[in-house]
Amino acid sequence: MNAMITIKMAMCALARNKGRSLLTALGIIIGIAAVIAVIAVGQGASVNMGDQISSMGNNLLMVFPGSQNAGGFRGGMGTQQTLTVEDGEAILNECRFTLAMTPLIRSGGQCIYRDKDWSTQTQGVNLQYPEVRSWKVASGEFFTETDIKNAARVCLLGQTVAEALFEGEDPVGQTIRIRNMPFRVIGVMEPKGSTAWGQDQDDTIIAPWMTVRRVLQRSKFSNVDQLLFSLSSMDNLPVVKDDVTGILRQRHRISENEDDDFTIMDMTEVTKMITQVSRLMTILLTVIASISLLVGGIGIMNIMLVAVTERTREIGLRLALGARQHDIMMQFLIESAVLSGVGGIIGIGLGIAAANILASANNWPVLISPVAVILALTFSAGVGIFFGFYPAWRAARLNPIESLRRE
Amino acid sequence: MFITLRNINKVYHMESVDVPALRDVSVDIAAGEFVAIMGHSGSGKSTLLNLLGCLDMPDSGTYHLDGVEVSKLGSDTLARIRNRKIGFVFQNFNLLPRTSAEENVELPLFYGPPLRSAERRERAQTLLRRLGLGERMQHHPGQLSGGQQQRVAIARALVNQPPLILADEPTGNLDSRSAEDIMALFRELNREGITIVMVTHEPDVAQFSKRVITMKDGAIQ
Repeated sequence: MNAMITIKMAMCALARNKGRSLLTALGIIIGIAAVIAVIAVGQGASVNMGDQISSMGNNLLMVFPGSQNAGGFRGGMGTQQTLTVEDGEAILNECRFTLAMTPLIRSGGQCIYRDKDWSTQTQGVNLQYPEVRSWKVASGEFFTETDIKNAARVCLLGQTVAEALFEGEDPVGQTIRIRNMPFRVIGVMEPKGSTAWGQDQDDTIIAPWMTVRRVLQRSKFSNVDQLLFSLSSMDNLPVVKDDVTGILRQRHRISENEDDDFTIMDMTEVTKMITQVSRLMTILLTVIASISLLVGGIGIMNIMLVAVTERTREIGLRLALGARQHDIMMQFLIESAVLSGVGGIIGIGLGIAAANILASANNWPVLISPVAVILALTFSAGVGIFFGFYPAWRAARLNPIESLRRE
Repeated sequence: MFITLRNINKVYHMESVDVPALRDVSVDIAAGEFVAIMGHSGSGKSTLLNLLGCLDMPDSGTYHLDGVEVSKLGSDTLARIRNRKIGFVFQNFNLLPRTSAEENVELPLFYGPPLRSAERRERAQTLLRRLGLGERMQHHPGQLSGGQQQRVAIARALVNQPPLILADEPTGNLDSRSAEDIMALFRELNREGITIVMVTHEPDVAQFSKRVITMKDGAIQ
């Protein structure tokens, strides 16, 4: 008997009991849908996280001032105030893998425009900041070298701040007050979204570092809160770290038995953590998938046993008409495979739909991997064959005379 | 001889009691005969028909069908013989429910040599038309009368053009008028050369046959 006819016959047999077939396949449908949806969302989320990490800036390396050791007392990171803009420039000149550098000087405080106010952080940076953070100006202009030198009171707004203060009005050219100092808004940055750990990167004001130091901090010290570098490639990270350590230790005159007064950080730690989380999620998913497919498979076995009992007369008849045991076996095997295969297809459809809904609600990208779809389909058909085997075997072994006599 | 049974014995083992169903049965049936097997229930007539239909095997004795010693064949070969050489007609019709008359008739073709679906349909339709069911080919068994259902079953038995038809009480579930129609049909098929062996307990029905074999307690009288 040929396979296409058997499949068609199986379809007809299943169509005769539409409601029951659907309920039986439901276990598989839900299982596959859940797996497809979670995989799609999971992959989307992890790609999104990757995007967020690279949104910090391409090949970013951060240098923080280190902790202070004085008389056995050890302060936290950044308590030592030794890192300067000149350190940054020295590293940029001497380490050939660094492409750009910006210092970062932070100052918190209230900013006000007319009757609206917003509490945010102002970051003092230099001209290379847009390059280091790969963050473009959406409207207006970035400030100039002269602005830095003169500590000009100009600033650029992140999207969140721009919306909070201006609510759709064009901020460029307007004057806001930061900590009661008037600043002219010369530009607005493009939206950048949140970091992998949920911090809104658009909730910030950007100003020349000299301005932040002199006008907002009114500081006489020359230290910075952070130095940011963009590297030509992450492959050279160990070399760069060694270079930076050497240069800074030399510049800070740290003797050999003393600890560094700075800390170097890069994004590999974060990436490692995310990889671990996604691996854990994959294991969890596999477990969920296995359980749901097992439950669905048992449901199929159950209903196929019922079908064999119900259709004993039909089996007897087919045997009398010339069906071999093998034909009967194949008929029921294919029937259960079709049942779970169709369940799998419906499940994939539902899963994709669910993933799209979830993703659009959370602004994630949806990634339906074809591998996952093919795997789900193969798996569901496999479950049908595995769990359909015993009922099919029972059907094939029926005695034709007794089966024909059955009411 | 078309059918030769020699010294056939068959015993059913029922919970510690052995029930002899056939005792030393020997029968010859020539090609083109129309035989009625009569007897009370329990006389062994159904067992004999099952043996003739290759659905059951004797405990001892030999069965030659169309020159082939059947009692020594494997189950796949027997299935093949049932498919090519024998057409079954049952008392309760045994049509697949919720399946059209045409598809019911096509059923034996699925287990024979591969045919195109158009050819299968063509053969089923030709037979149904011939048996006066041309208007009802797409009807399901539930939409047909008893006599019509039995004619669909006969069409199904004929679709592989077998030389032998085995009928188990073919009129048992029919009113007398339909029964007469069916028997007339059998007589016509027999006239065309098909060998028919039919089990019945109604003398009215048996009189349509050319030869009556009466059984009692598992033996031919």
